[in-house]
Amino acid sequence: MKCQHCEKPAIIHITELTDDVPVELHFCEEHARAYLTQSEAEEQPAPGTTMAGGLAQQVKVGKTAEDLARLDQRTCPVCGVTFYEFRHAGRLGCPHDYVCFRQELEPLIVNIHGATEHKGKRPQHSAHGTDQQTRLIQLRREMREAVQQEDYERASRLRDEIRRIERPSGA
Amino acid sequence: MKLEDLAGQSGEWLRGSGPESDIVISSRIRLARNLAEFPFIRKCTESDRSQIERALRERIAQVEEWRGLSYINVASLEEIDRQFLVERQLISREHSESEGPRSVAIDPHEKFSLMINEEDHLRIQVMQSGLDLQAAWERIDHIDDLIEERITYAFHERWGYLTACPTNVGTGMRVSVMLHLPALVITRQIDKVFRSLHKISLAVRGLYGEGSQAMGDFYQISNQITLGRGEQELIGQVRDIVPVLIDYERRAREFLVRESQKDLHDRVSRAYGILCTAQTISSEETMHLLSSVRMGINLGLIHDLEIPTVNKLFIHTQPAHLQKLRGTELDTADRNIERAHYLQRHLRKRDPSDDPEQN
Repeated sequence: MKCQHCEKPAIIHITELTDDVPVELHFCEEHARAYLTQSEAEEQPAPGTTMAGGLAQQVKVGKTAEDLARLDQRTCPVCGVTFYEFRHAGRLGCPHDYVCFRQELEPLIVNIHGATEHKGKRPQHSAHGTDQQTRLIQLRREMREAVQQEDYERASRLRDEIRRIERPSGA
Repeated sequence: MKLEDLAGQSGEWLRGSGPESDIVISSRIRLARNLAEFPFIRKCTESDRSQIERALRERIAQVEEWRGLSYINVASLEEIDRQFLVERQLISREHSESEGPRSVAIDPHEKFSLMINEEDHLRIQVMQSGLDLQAAWERIDHIDDLIEERITYAFHERWGYLTACPTNVGTGMRVSVMLHLPALVITRQIDKVFRSLHKISLAVRGLYGEGSQAMGDFYQISNQITLGRGEQELIGQVRDIVPVLIDYERRAREFLVRESQKDLHDRVSRAYGILCTAQTISSEETMHLLSSVRMGINLGLIHDLEIPTVNKLFIHTQPAHLQKLRGTELDTADRNIERAHYLQRHLRKRDPSDDPEQN
């Protein structure tokens, strides 16, 4: 049986007798601890944190510490998210992460979905080529960084390029 | 539309009608979508979030058939109002509790809502009373098309719709059916049922989704997989399991009626009695007792109460609803008193001969 909060096997089984009806709960070690230490009045953990924990664990499987350290430093050139950040938050930084972290994400995705190929609906108007949009994410970030570094010449060049993509002439 | 106006109604998902509505509360589908030209929420600046918000708000405003939608700036709402929208399931808890520019567009009949800047840039969700996933799919497919006419979604030939979390990639779709399963809980079979659901990659959650416990014996069954299967296949997977669960629940109820009719009747009557007479009562206890009463009505053990009324009480006794209906903020102790009064007012104003206090 799986933990009711993540993909790990449930090893701790709790029967709550506070209500009229006993409630049975099944947790992995981590979530059992979280459950037992949370005070009654406290809110449940924010949705997603549990999944993030699950993902972090899955990535670690079968990797040496050095491998993992190297992997963690990999950075998406578009949004600047590191693999370490993803592993800890369970959230990717931008659409391009699916391309640049593909090798790392693929086993994870197979693990979650048992598949690697989308079937089903696709956008009718813009199913092809979103490279321009991805470029926009990168340019906006670079412009922000240029402004922060007070490199206004570069920032203004970047701004012009952003405008060219946002409003192509004739559109 | 004011939130106060919403408070008085039950909303689509608690209407209590539709196929199999004695056990199936509602059918729900959500789609996760992101705009191609912005980073995912985690890497968004305040200005990115504002631009996403503006782009989607403008698109929503252009659609003729959406003239009646209410557009609510969630970031500027008081906590109680955000909580109110969570209780109605019009926004998620994550959407309520996060920070930065975010909003929601709500259909006046509460049949769908569009959450902007949630975990993904856009979360479309449709709600349908009873078991009717096909109607829910047709509506959400249409909504998705309307938005996509002018908005470029992040989409990858191989991975499908790209989402902030890889657990949603592909269709970005979560199909869920909310069921009321009190007899399976009483007969302690619920666990066995959940184990078998997990084996076929279906997830089970409580009333308020991920991380929430099963309050009032309400359970949401949903698909876990979003990639590698088409929408119809994913819907079919959930839809096909529902009649099996309904059958289990009905059999558990029959078992209870057959083997322990007295105990069952006693349990239901006591629950009804407490709800009618308590002077102070918590939300949890209310949910728990209403669950027994709801089953009692379906089994013909209670005759002077109807399912839509009980459904309405489930939502109206939630903390934020109670305060909205009262028109003032109350602390926990005062809420428990107000809740008891509210229940009395709505359960005791019937034929005196049926009043449990006089029986």
